[in-house]
Amino acid sequence: MTEPIIGILGAGKLGTTLARLSVQAGYRTLIANRHAVTELKWVIDTMAPGAVTVSAADLVAQANVIILAIPLSHVAALDAKTFAGKIVLDATNYWKEVDGTVNTISSFTQSSSEVVAAHLSQARVAKAFNHMGYHDLEIEVDRHPEARRAMAFATDDDTIRPTVRTVLTGFGFDPFDLGPLRFGLMLEPGSPLFGEAITTPEFQAKIDTLYDTPFGRKIVAARGERIR
Amino acid sequence: MTDKQYTFGLDTFGDVAFHDDGTQMTAAESLRQVVAEAKLADDLGIDLIALGEHHRSEFAISSPEIVLGAMAAVTKRIKLGTAVTVLSSDDPVRVFERFSTLHALSNGREQIMLGRGSFTESFPLYGFDLENYDGLFEEKIAMWADLLKGKPMNWEGKFTQKLTDTTVYPQLPAGETIDTTVGVGGSPESIIRAVYYGFPVVIAIIGGEPVRFKPYVDLYHKATQQFNKPDLPLGMHAHGIILDDAAEATAVGWEYIKAEMDRIGIDRGWAPMSRDRFEFEIDKGSYYVGTPEQVAQKIAKNMKTLDMSRFDLVYGTGGQLEHQRLATIRNYGERVIPRVKELLGGGAND
Ligand SMILES: NC(=O)c1ccc[n+]([C@@H]2O[C@H](COP(=O)([O-])OP(=O)(O)OC[C@H]3O[C@@H](n4cnc5c(N)ncnc54)[C@H](OP(=O)(O)O)[C@@H]3O)[C@@H](O)[C@H]2O)c1
Repeated sequence: MTEPIIGILGAGKLGTTLARLSVQAGYRTLIANRHAVTELKWVIDTMAPGAVTVSAADLVAQANVIILAIPLSHVAALDAKTFAGKIVLDATNYWKEVDGTVNTISSFTQSSSEVVAAHLSQARVAKAFNHMGYHDLEIEVDRHPEARRAMAFATDDDTIRPTVRTVLTGFGFDPFDLGPLRFGLMLEPGSPLFGEAITTPEFQAKIDTLYDTPFGRKIVAARGERIR
Repeated sequence: MTDKQYTFGLDTFGDVAFHDDGTQMTAAESLRQVVAEAKLADDLGIDLIALGEHHRSEFAISSPEIVLGAMAAVTKRIKLGTAVTVLSSDDPVRVFERFSTLHALSNGREQIMLGRGSFTESFPLYGFDLENYDGLFEEKIAMWADLLKGKPMNWEGKFTQKLTDTTVYPQLPAGETIDTTVGVGGSPESIIRAVYYGFPVVIAIIGGEPVRFKPYVDLYHKATQQFNKPDLPLGMHAHGIILDDAAEATAVGWEYIKAEMDRIGIDRGWAPMSRDRFEFEIDKGSYYVGTPEQVAQKIAKNMKTLDMSRFDLVYGTGGQLEHQRLATIRNYGERVIPRVKELLGGGAND
């Protein structure tokens, strides 16, 4: 594809951090939340200079790689048809404090990114940027300029794999291809992989022992398969 | 920069401490220990002591104002604060009553730091729904700002009680207020909200290179312009251990700070802290662990970089032996604070 135009939907802890990484990577970077552009612009000009504040609708129209940095429970309200053909990097997680004490959105049989992909059915969805805390995105990039941290992604759309790799690399990470979207389950909160900012060999080693853990056993019980 | 007013505080979450023989204190002993430590801090001229509020086995302090009340009786000058009061799961009216009581008993030395809190135990404990985490805080901080106006309250909210021409007692003496600050982690929204209400912010910078927080500092200053507020002071809080021997300080940190981070990590699904990350935090990151000179240099450097006027050292993290806690407090008061002031007073603005 042509040079990615990154659109970061959500301008909170994660969104503003990713905006800085995207600008550093040299991408044209758009960012939006649900507020008026004038309310967000001064915040972005201060926190992520170089990123362009736009309305959420303009962002979806203009960006070709859209990163979802909004609460998972807000995804269902997104206007799905406007996402047709877009590459969507889903960074959302089910998070009790935000999405509710009882998870009625995702489960071990339908992981959160599968829910997102089902809603944005005409978009090309990958799960990415969800397993590292927003502080660590920058701390761990600063800390190991020589040994990049693995950023896992999962998607069912082979045509977007090269772009996803390019973007993750541009942001400062070592892309780690988990395979199909449903394998993204192993990145969700509660998994031993969640919260990890480690190198690719270390990440692989953790996957290798995942099925010795209660979370891994729950995956097998629910899915009847060992994903990867 | 030389005319700047600096504040140096000591913070504790009330971690249950250890006797020098290695046995753990009871929660009751720990609470009395913290009161004695406040007395020491006061004698040393430290500006402020601030207590966390937690509702879990590792921590003894769930009712900070009562502990602060005891401290008020045995101290003279030190400010008595919280870090933080989890306003979301509390009743702002009751919080006001407790702090205006503390205001009276301490002769105006109280300070409240409002926060959403990084622990969420208080929500189910007090019967609040965690999914209202944001909404509760937003509404209650607005209510708090109203309570501080000292007029009869007219209030109607979604999560809070309706008040009609209601006065809350004890009222503050005319012209006085409850010194209010807001503790934040890394949410741009929280910083903007605090400035909107005109409350100074203290940022918890507990991991990574402090310089990374520059965007938040810039946002803070920018927000004061945006909302036409006076330039409010900005502070940071971070963990530290200050001993005469750097290797010993590191060993104590590895034993206690790491243990605490790992315990919290179990609940949150984080991996245990690696030695490599721990050492990074001491060398370049956010742990102030070492000799008085090392710690002073690091505090001064980071306060300058981030243009901070307040620094709070979190001491006693993970418990620690009584003599280790006391050594940190003494070193902080006697050697680190004067040295930081000297360093800040010297080559200003570079
Ligand atoms: N924090 C982390 O370390 C981390 C790490 C990995 C993944 N995540 C995931 O990333 C997502 C964002 O987390 P966060 O911590 O950044 O939360 P946050 O600080 O609360 O930010 C959420 C942002 O989303 C915006 N927003 C909400 N609904 C929107 C919509 N329909 N359209 C556009 N903007 C919308 C909010 O702005 P308004 O409400 O003002 O519009 C806000 O700017 C969550 O799903 C979280 O699980 C977070």
